[in-house]
This record gives sequence, structure tokens and C-alpha cells, in this order.
Amino acid sequence: MSLSSADVEKVARLARLAMNDQEIQAAQAQLNNIFGLIAEMQAVDTKGIAPMSHSQDLAQRLREDKVTEPDQRAAFQAIAPQVEQGLYLVPQVIE
Amino acid sequence: MFESSLKQLGDALRANKISSVELTQSYLDRITRHNPALNAFITLNPEMSLAQARAADARIAAGKADALTGIPIAQKDIFCAKGWLTTCGSKMLHNFVSPYDAHVISQFNNAGAINLGKTNMDEFAMGSSNETSHYGAVKNPWDTTRVPGGSSGGTAAAVAARLCAAATGTDTGGSIRQPAALCGISGLKPTYGVCSRYGMIAFASSLDQAGPMGRSAEDLALMLNVMAGFDERDSTSLQRDKEDYARDLNKPLTGLRIGLPKEFFAEGMGSDVAKAVEAAIAEYKKLGATIVDISLPNSKLSVPVYYVLAPAEASSNLSRFDGVRYGYRAPEYSDLADMYEKSRAQGFGAEVKRRIMIGTYVLSHGYYDAYYLQAQKIRRLIAQDFTEAYKQCDVIMGPTSPSTAFKLGEKGDDPVQMYLSDIYTIAVNLAGLPGMSIPCGFGANDMPVGLQIIGNYFDEARMLNVAHQFQQATDWHSRAPKL
Repeated sequence: MSLSSADVEKVARLARLAMNDQEIQAAQAQLNNIFGLIAEMQAVDTKGIAPMSHSQDLAQRLREDKVTEPDQRAAFQAIAPQVEQGLYLVPQVIE
Repeated sequence: MFESSLKQLGDALRANKISSVELTQSYLDRITRHNPALNAFITLNPEMSLAQARAADARIAAGKADALTGIPIAQKDIFCAKGWLTTCGSKMLHNFVSPYDAHVISQFNNAGAINLGKTNMDEFAMGSSNETSHYGAVKNPWDTTRVPGGSSGGTAAAVAARLCAAATGTDTGGSIRQPAALCGISGLKPTYGVCSRYGMIAFASSLDQAGPMGRSAEDLALMLNVMAGFDERDSTSLQRDKEDYARDLNKPLTGLRIGLPKEFFAEGMGSDVAKAVEAAIAEYKKLGATIVDISLPNSKLSVPVYYVLAPAEASSNLSRFDGVRYGYRAPEYSDLADMYEKSRAQGFGAEVKRRIMIGTYVLSHGYYDAYYLQAQKIRRLIAQDFTEAYKQCDVIMGPTSPSTAFKLGEKGDDPVQMYLSDIYTIAVNLAGLPGMSIPCGFGANDMPVGLQIIGNYFDEARMLNVAHQFQQATDWHSRAPKL
């Protein structure tokens, strides 16, 4: 398997990473090397094996449906790049 | 004083032989003198450290001191600490002063320990050499032309150079054990779920685990006593009774069964590393242990499996860095999508972008089963190998890293070569087992070699016993680099 430069461009777009042609080319070579390493995995027979995400096979804990978080809006917004009247500012998306 | 154990420091503080303010100031002075050559710290804040020291002195005077009260501990810069710049080694968080404490940090605060500073690390913990840090590479105190390992390289260098009494690390694929080995110190990655991940900036959530790094197994036990514990804010935190990890330190090792996986002693390990590890095994036989030959047949698949799972989880975790709520925002952009793309392109370094792209690809439409699901299935096979092995042995031993510390820049252009330096540590994270590294000698160019000790689930106290007994019989752990 090998990624074309169009594949790499698509991945960069999905990952929201701006990349120029030169960076796409460099990434293509390195990603293909890494997928060469990963390819070893494909030949393994895993029929009937359940996927493992947690070593103790725990289920998610449930909690009571009540408010536990204090209001920290001011503290959180103090470190934001741009806020106005308690709102996070981003470039306009609706004309 | 800089050679004292945590227990000795605690005793001296409680006996009023030294104050926490004096102790903290001495460490800060030592950092000022030696850190420029090592770059082990990203942030120091003497005012905040000394304020904590004054509070610790008051607590000691009131007779309310715990084991670590008043002792200066350095924190890996992956842990959010209220009021402290917390960068995770990235330009993306160059201005992030955390509004809250990680669970691990609040545990140290409750214990009265001093936050001595935030240690350097590979960007977002992605690296094995500390060269991916936005704040410059850390130098190995044994030879400043060499890497300290990574990603907890700043912590490892700081502990080795005696710039702190002990420090924290995190380990996703070997990030505590490998730098501990390369810098000649001790480090422990607990069973997944023992230390809360709350406030520990996420890399690969199903693998990330915090743990202590220090100069001896005894120090690690005291650190883990503070760090471990259930926290409802981490959905994978385990509800278990509180335990004293130092309880078994002095047990004799007679009858201990040590498993040696044949796959760890095959090709790939440097002959200098092999020699030191074999000498350590011989020492364990003298201490009464018996050797069992075991096999971990699927462990060879751990590197490919890891490089699917960890980037997949990272690409998802790192999607939160978008230049909107905190962290870096590009100075110029045309619209919202352009702002995201430029902020992320400029805020992340090359290795982080590489892993985000691998992860984005393996999770993208049509590839999920072939990559992520297949990797999770092999992960179970790798874990089952360990379960089988522990029917015949109590602990597993082998090398931590295939080589001693390599030169800065040596593996810079080849990610695959860098990834292979974690070949002995990754399987442990995939299985969720506890693993540690302790110094066991010196290899080529007089650089330290680490012995890896892998325990069964929740067997940290036994592993610390096994390490402590070795450290009572040898003095590798007390060797210090000349600065």
C-alpha cells in the first residue's frame, strides 16, 4: 500500500493542517515509510479475537445526573486568544 | 544533601535540621547553575515554589507533615498546574497558564510537596529523544552531546543531575522507562488506571499513564504513594483500596521467579546492553531468584500496533487545539477554516503533525477495520502472551532500550529508526501492565544501561521490592554524572 500525494493532501485537509506542496511531498515519503512498518500487522490472523481498548475490560462508569462543575468561565476566557462580552470570537461564518 | 533520599530529606525536615525554604532555594540555585547546559526545565517560578515552601514549613512546625511535605519535586510539563505555564513542549501552548490542577498535581499539593518547576519534554510526549520539544532539546547529563531519551527527558536529566529530589513522568510507549534507562535513574509506569489522567494533557488516552521518576526504588514507592488513587474525573481511573507501595521493599527475593522472554534477548540488542543486563540477572540469582525461559510471540507486533493506535487516539485528542479557546492562534487568516489550518500548521511541530496525519488516515472512511480494529485485536493477543507468561513467573526482565543514549541529531531524519528505540517498552503499555527501569551498569562510551522489570497487573509493590533489593546489593543507582 502506498499513499499518493492526493491522499496526503486529503489527509492534511481532514486534519486541518495547512501544508504546501513541498511539505506534502516530504510527508508522503515519511508516511509511506511508516505504513511500511505498520504493514507487518495486516498478515496476522485475528479471526474471533475481540478488540481490546482497556486492559481491565472496564465499562464506562455512570454517575448521577447532577451539576458537578463550578462556573469558571471568567478564568477560562482569560486565556483565550480573542473574547468579547463573554463570547469566544472567530472569523465570521455566516454572511 | 543533593544525594539524600526522599526519606532522609523528610526526616531532616521534620527534625528541623533544614527548612523547606532552605532546601527549595538550594535546588533553585543548583538549577540556575547547571540547567543552562542541560535545558531540563521549561518553566521555573521561584516565587510560587518558595511560597509553597513557606507553607510547608508552617505545616511541619504544626506537626502535620506527611512523607513528602516540604520536598522539592519537579513536574513534567504535561501536567496542568494552576497558575503555571503548561506548554506540553509545544508552541501550541506557549502562552497557556493553566486555570486548574491535574489530579496528580493536587495530590502533591495535598501532600505538601513543593512544585520546583516544569520539566522539558518531547512535544505532546511524542518522541524518544526530547528533540521534538519546541523549547530545545534536553542534553544528557552524562554526556551533553547525547540525548536523554524521551519523552520525559527533562525529568530524567533533572533527576540524574540532582536538580530535584524526584520528579514525575508519563509513559505512553516507554516515555518514563526509556529516558530513565538512558540517564541512569529509576522510573516506574504503573498499571493503566492507577494514576488519574485528569489534567494530564492527553496523547493516546488508552495508553497514557503517569508515574514517578527518581534515584531509587524506595523514592519511587514514596512518590507513587502520593500519585496513585481513584479520581472520578478520569473515566478509566480504577477504584481500588489505597495501598502502601513501600510495604514490601525489604522482603527477601528467595524463590522469586524471573521470566526472560526469548524475543527480548534476540537480535537488535546492543552487546554492551546485553552484557549489563546479563550481569544484573546473575546478581538476581545470587539474591535467590530462579530464571524461567518464557516467550512473548506477539511482542514483535507491538511497534506496528502502537503506531496505529497511538496516532489514531492522538489525532482525535489533538483536534481540540484549534486556536479558538486557548493556546496559539495564527496572526493572519482569511476565514474560519483557514484560521484552524494555519494555527495548527504553525502551532504543531513536524513529529506531532506526522502522527496526527497517520491517525487521521487510519481512522478515515474505509480504513477503520483494516487498521484501528485490527490493531486492537492484536493488542489483545499481545496482552494474552503476558497472561500466559505470568503462569510461570512472578516478574519479567529484559533490556529497557536496545542501546545506550545516542547522539543528538543521530536519528533526526528517520522517524522509523526513532520508533524502533521503544521496541521493548511498547508491549507493556498495550497490555496495560506496570513496567519499570532501574540502572544496571554502563555500556559503550560509559553511558548508563537500564534493566526493565515488568510486573503483573497491580504488582507495583512487588516490582519495587525486586528493584530495591537489587539496589541494596549494587550501587549503580547511586552513581551520579559529573556536571
